[in-house]
Amino acid sequence: MVRVDGKGNGNALVQVRSLDKTYQRGSQEVHVLRGLNLDVEREEFVAFMGPSGSGKTTLLNLLGGLDLPSRGSITVDGDEITHLSGPKLAAWRARHVGFVFQMYNLLPVLTAFQNVELPLLLTRLGKAERRRHVEIALDLVGLSDRLDHYPRQLSGGQEQRVSIARAVVADPTFLLCDEPTGDLDRKSAGEVMALLERLSAEFGKTILMVTHDPRAAERAGTVLHLEKGELVEGQGTS
Amino acid sequence: MKFFRLVWSNLLRKKTRTTLTIGSFAVALFLFGLLVTIQTAFNQGVEVAGVDRLVVRNKISLIMPLPLSYQQQMLQIPGVKAVTFATWFGGYYQDPKNFFPQFAIQKETWLKMYPEFQVPKDQWSAFLADREACIVGQKTAQKYGIKVGDRIPIVASIWGGVWEFNVRGIYTGVRTEDDTTQLWFRWDYLDERRQWGKGTVGWYVVRVENPDDAMAVAKAIDGRFANSSWETKTDTERAFAAGFVKQMGNIKLLILVIGGVVFFTLLLVTGNTLAMSVRERTGELAVLKTLGFTDVAVLWLVLGESLLYSAQGGILGLAAVKLFTLHGDPTGGFLPLFYLPPSKMILGLLVALATGAAAGIIPAVLAMRLRIVDALRRV
Repeated sequence: MVRVDGKGNGNALVQVRSLDKTYQRGSQEVHVLRGLNLDVEREEFVAFMGPSGSGKTTLLNLLGGLDLPSRGSITVDGDEITHLSGPKLAAWRARHVGFVFQMYNLLPVLTAFQNVELPLLLTRLGKAERRRHVEIALDLVGLSDRLDHYPRQLSGGQEQRVSIARAVVADPTFLLCDEPTGDLDRKSAGEVMALLERLSAEFGKTILMVTHDPRAAERAGTVLHLEKGELVEGQGTS
Repeated sequence: MKFFRLVWSNLLRKKTRTTLTIGSFAVALFLFGLLVTIQTAFNQGVEVAGVDRLVVRNKISLIMPLPLSYQQQMLQIPGVKAVTFATWFGGYYQDPKNFFPQFAIQKETWLKMYPEFQVPKDQWSAFLADREACIVGQKTAQKYGIKVGDRIPIVASIWGGVWEFNVRGIYTGVRTEDDTTQLWFRWDYLDERRQWGKGTVGWYVVRVENPDDAMAVAKAIDGRFANSSWETKTDTERAFAAGFVKQMGNIKLLILVIGGVVFFTLLLVTGNTLAMSVRERTGELAVLKTLGFTDVAVLWLVLGESLLYSAQGGILGLAAVKLFTLHGDPTGGFLPLFYLPPSKMILGLLVALATGAAAGIIPAVLAMRLRIVDALRRV
């Protein structure tokens, strides 16, 4: 169940309360998010839609601890992240969040294997264990035969699947996907969405996804609309 | 160690740029190593000088002699334990470019004064028994293929004519830095054969009872011969050697100035390279931070690159100096101890790493301060 009225029972995995985000542009204050409330239960697959500038990516950045709100709170799995210091927030991201970007953002100098291994370098896993985890993750996205390929040797769809493997390899609490199909052709986009759907349905991953693509949003269990910094109830909300 | 591959991969990103940057370090460290080798060669006498030895020379100039009778007079001065003497011969072997120091020495006292030089007993006995004998240092013997039993000609530029000596022994040094380029022959043979300056010596070397009294003994020696026709100037062996080096100019200052300019230039070149590299991968650094790399971890990744550049360049440059100095003195005798000591190699590597760290710190701090959201927006 996803709620946007701020009246959740306190058991939701993600709880956002009265969230404001304001940017200063010269002498002008730009209110990107206004008093936003959100409750997302575990294993939910939520899509955020809305026009450009509606605050979708800003919301995702705040949920992922990449940016700090001007006001309000975000609690994930019982941890309020809005007051964490830089190093603690970095550690929190490493443990709880898997990111999937529109432009994949793989490191070009590393192979698929090494890119997926990156989040595990921050854990205490040994080399052999890291290898096992990476192989499982790449197998999950159907790229176990591309371990030693560099990003330039992969297609866009394959790159995005490597990026999803990187996002899930450390078994994070939830995935944040920012336009994961935005740079892909229809076929590759379909494959990527099928993969995210599988992660949600089969592995119970909580996924929060920003998208412009209605076909991608259809795959989510809940679709929320952001308009002028406010969440509007949509399919699957209360 | 698990982050090494990440740092290393970034170095391989632009191979030409990496090669040129490492090359800059290598050239700078080669220059540094060479200058330090030259300075070491100049200072070797100072480094190995005995703490309990004094050098007594004519007050007017080193090239002016002193009378032989001073030896007995000096032995009577309190604090003096032993006295030996030598005279500069100043010849060359076969060709003027084959230069090495030749000393006419007092055979009875010389080796006792210099325990750091070693000659096999039978060879030394043969030297004592032969008026025309000489002992050659190991390095010179190796360089010119001189063996025990050879008869070698030395052209005497001061005393005139060609002097022939029987090589009766080869001396070695206890330490690497001991000078084994000299040739010693008997002073009594010089004094007998030379046409002028008979009964004089070039300089005396005095061993004192207690090194703490060295200055007082030096003063007493100079006092003993004050107002005579052969006044003396006595220094510790170290001060004597240092004074000799000073005559060549301020080598240390020269090295500091050249080294300083080179390393400052290197600092700018490497700093610029790293700044460009960081600017090019702003997005990638933001991704690393997104994945959970802390600001400090990102700082170390960038600094690590700089240190890797400098370490590789440093090792290459210093290895090149080592190779260059393997064959010893390239000046034909002017710098007999031409080598790069291990301690200076470590110093060179530390200087390279310090330069790398200094060059990398600003780009590293910029990377550390990068705000994820701003940087991702630029991808």
